[in-house]
Amino acid sequence: MKNNILIIGGGPAGLEASAQLQRMGYNVILIEKDSSLGGHLAKWDRLFPDGVPADEVLSGLIRSTEGVKLFTETEIRAINRLEKSYNVRLTNGITVLSDAVLIASGFDLFNAVKKEEYGYGIYDRVITNADLEAYFKTGSDKRIDHPKRIGFVHCVGSRDEKSGCRSCSKVCCATAVKQAIEVKEAFPDAEVFCFYMDLRLFGRHYEDLYLKAQKEYGIRFIRGRVAEVSENLDGTLIVKAEDTVASKPLKATLDLLVLMSGMRPSASGKAVGDLLEMTVEEDGYFAVRSGIAAGQRSLLPGLFLAGTATGPKTLPETLADARAAAVEIDRYLTEIFPDARNYKQLVRERW
Amino acid sequence: MIYEGKQKIWSEYQKEIPDDHYFYVRSCIRQSFFPASEATFLDITRNVLGKDIFETEHHTTCGGIAYHSDTIPQETVMTIIARQFALMAKHGYENYVCSCITSFGLYCETMETWREYPELEAKIHENLWKSCKLEFAKPKFLVHASDLIYKYRNMIAAQAVRKLVNVHTGEPLKVVEHIGCHYSKMFPSKGVGGAEYPYVLVGMIEAWGGEIVDYPERRHCCGFGFRQYFIKGNRGYSLSNTHKKFESMEPFKPDLIITNCPGCPYFLDRWQYVIAESTGKTYGQDGHGIPALTYEEVAGLVMGYDPWDLGLQTHQVGVEPLLDKMGVEYDPAKKYLGKNGKDLGSPSPCACLK
Amino acid sequence: MVDFGFGLVPSSRMNLDLFDKDKYEKLAAIEPDVRICMACGSCTAVCTAGKYSQTSLREAIEDIKNAKPDKALEMLRCCQLCGKCSMVCPRGINTRNLILSITKVYSSK
Repeated sequence: MKNNILIIGGGPAGLEASAQLQRMGYNVILIEKDSSLGGHLAKWDRLFPDGVPADEVLSGLIRSTEGVKLFTETEIRAINRLEKSYNVRLTNGITVLSDAVLIASGFDLFNAVKKEEYGYGIYDRVITNADLEAYFKTGSDKRIDHPKRIGFVHCVGSRDEKSGCRSCSKVCCATAVKQAIEVKEAFPDAEVFCFYMDLRLFGRHYEDLYLKAQKEYGIRFIRGRVAEVSENLDGTLIVKAEDTVASKPLKATLDLLVLMSGMRPSASGKAVGDLLEMTVEEDGYFAVRSGIAAGQRSLLPGLFLAGTATGPKTLPETLADARAAAVEIDRYLTEIFPDARNYKQLVRERW
Repeated sequence: MIYEGKQKIWSEYQKEIPDDHYFYVRSCIRQSFFPASEATFLDITRNVLGKDIFETEHHTTCGGIAYHSDTIPQETVMTIIARQFALMAKHGYENYVCSCITSFGLYCETMETWREYPELEAKIHENLWKSCKLEFAKPKFLVHASDLIYKYRNMIAAQAVRKLVNVHTGEPLKVVEHIGCHYSKMFPSKGVGGAEYPYVLVGMIEAWGGEIVDYPERRHCCGFGFRQYFIKGNRGYSLSNTHKKFESMEPFKPDLIITNCPGCPYFLDRWQYVIAESTGKTYGQDGHGIPALTYEEVAGLVMGYDPWDLGLQTHQVGVEPLLDKMGVEYDPAKKYLGKNGKDLGSPSPCACLK
Repeated sequence: MVDFGFGLVPSSRMNLDLFDKDKYEKLAAIEPDVRICMACGSCTAVCTAGKYSQTSLREAIEDIKNAKPDKALEMLRCCQLCGKCSMVCPRGINTRNLILSITKVYSSK
């Protein structure tokens, strides 16, 4: 028997898990709320640490999902747990009886407008990491006009309890270093500053990227969070921070300020979670069965999680998580479904 | 600057301001710094707009200056405040409006403290009864007097005889707004427009035809800083903070500064004199300063009050260039005459500040 | 001018707009390693002179980047060039060379 598996979310996690489960012989149905696949990856230009084009990675992921039943612009209307499966009504009118459900709902970028003191949406030359990627992709953004002095603000909507975001978003430090290098390549005369609290360059080759940014690109790293931004008469920006290494407040006039918006639990993922009354933790991300031993199983039987639905992850971590979820789903289905009569007992024993 | 971005933030910080029936409490220092401001507030709200604003001579200081100078226990301050609130209730009011920002901040802080520590509130009930034989009460709505003028800004505009416009050029006057720190920095949700981009004074200026100047050090403290000013040895810090603001606003060439705090217009006014006389630097046109007025004084000007009745002669920085720009008629000979026509005496001339 | 018994006080705030880019590039041309310091403080921790005088290579590098070159020179004035800092620098900076180069570039007006 070919089990149905519903995967919610067509970003990297959903695509990778779809591909893996399809290869294992399952009948995979992938739904995506947007009109195209890829999630945030589709909006990014190049990826850290080695600058691979995001398009290349994404098209590889999409290619490998051949055979998966894909519905874009589709969300969940209703979802009910039956005795051993989930009955899912989709917004496109189709109903799916699914033996396992994988939630790969991803993340939302922190809305930088909420950090009122940075003036995103108020000062003309304050942009976000996503805006800068869009600029790298399209080559046009009227806010970016041959800047001579450029600042990057790490931890915007990360490690900020006042904004309701205690956790580290993991990807922003490396992204900031990558973007600082790219912006220096685009504007070689520019002075580039990164304002950080800690540089969390934990992954393989990330430290190399940091060294390269200092050594080859002359990027200045200032330990201290930007506290306030304001606008001069000529549209340039004044940023205030403390250089906490020097223990002195500082100010700098900049032509462009890039806010490294962090990861927040996705609103559409939360909507799905509400339908299923899924448990979320204090940080807003979905709770898992066991963070160390069973990080892809939710608290509900037959319901799995992958990618940033369970907290900030880098792309390689997301892909590894998706593969792990595929293995977990396979184990669940092969163990539980051959003996449907003892299903309830088996679930009790094994979930 | 993207105006729509500010509008979005303003829409998120709206507080409920009842339309009428208020118990009014004065500020300790405004009555001597800007003697006509509170009188103008009462005249506009009561006599022009027909509102019920009650005040009693039995109210006292809120204790804020002593509190911020660290010379009074918190429980004592809370009991003083409880007495003010009890007077409000005794006279049948539940809406409380105060003239002072220090008081407003302290009232907000005290009510928050009582909310978080009910046992402390219970103790204040007892203190109040023991010391004054008054029943404890809390206001249903607590607003600052500038909130109320903000609420009435369009009614004032409808009755205005002139706008904040340069009558010679037809251009709107460039106005710097300065909010007292304790209006919303401690509790952003208690201020109209929040703390980063407060709207309370911006709303008045827009309604009365002026143009708002947003300069880099807009959010910076005026420099009062309580103990920075009180002790002469620290006064240089107070002066330097004010100096920082003026250096930042100078390129924008403001015509006027509007404020909503007792201390701010005082320091933004007097320190211009000290900066001018000790360094030679002035910030207005041709050796003049930039007039720093209270919102009541600005309201009075657009409503056609006589500038000397508004007490504008008590400002160190001469207001005449502003009056000329606005086309306000005034009699220079009457500048230093009191209400009864008696000569008040005029200040000795400044060497640098015109 | 009137003496009020108080006056403007100097600001402790550093102004990065005053950073002398040309001079810094001159230094970086002969001593590229100035760019790779990560302010770990190892050099200062073992500095022979630093325990008894205001000496810190870490701080001197910071001062240069924060537009305070005179303070940087002051931070290196008592250096004995013993070389202990070069033994502990995790980024392998040739610290003795760097100290001499900073002094050379920033002493010349």
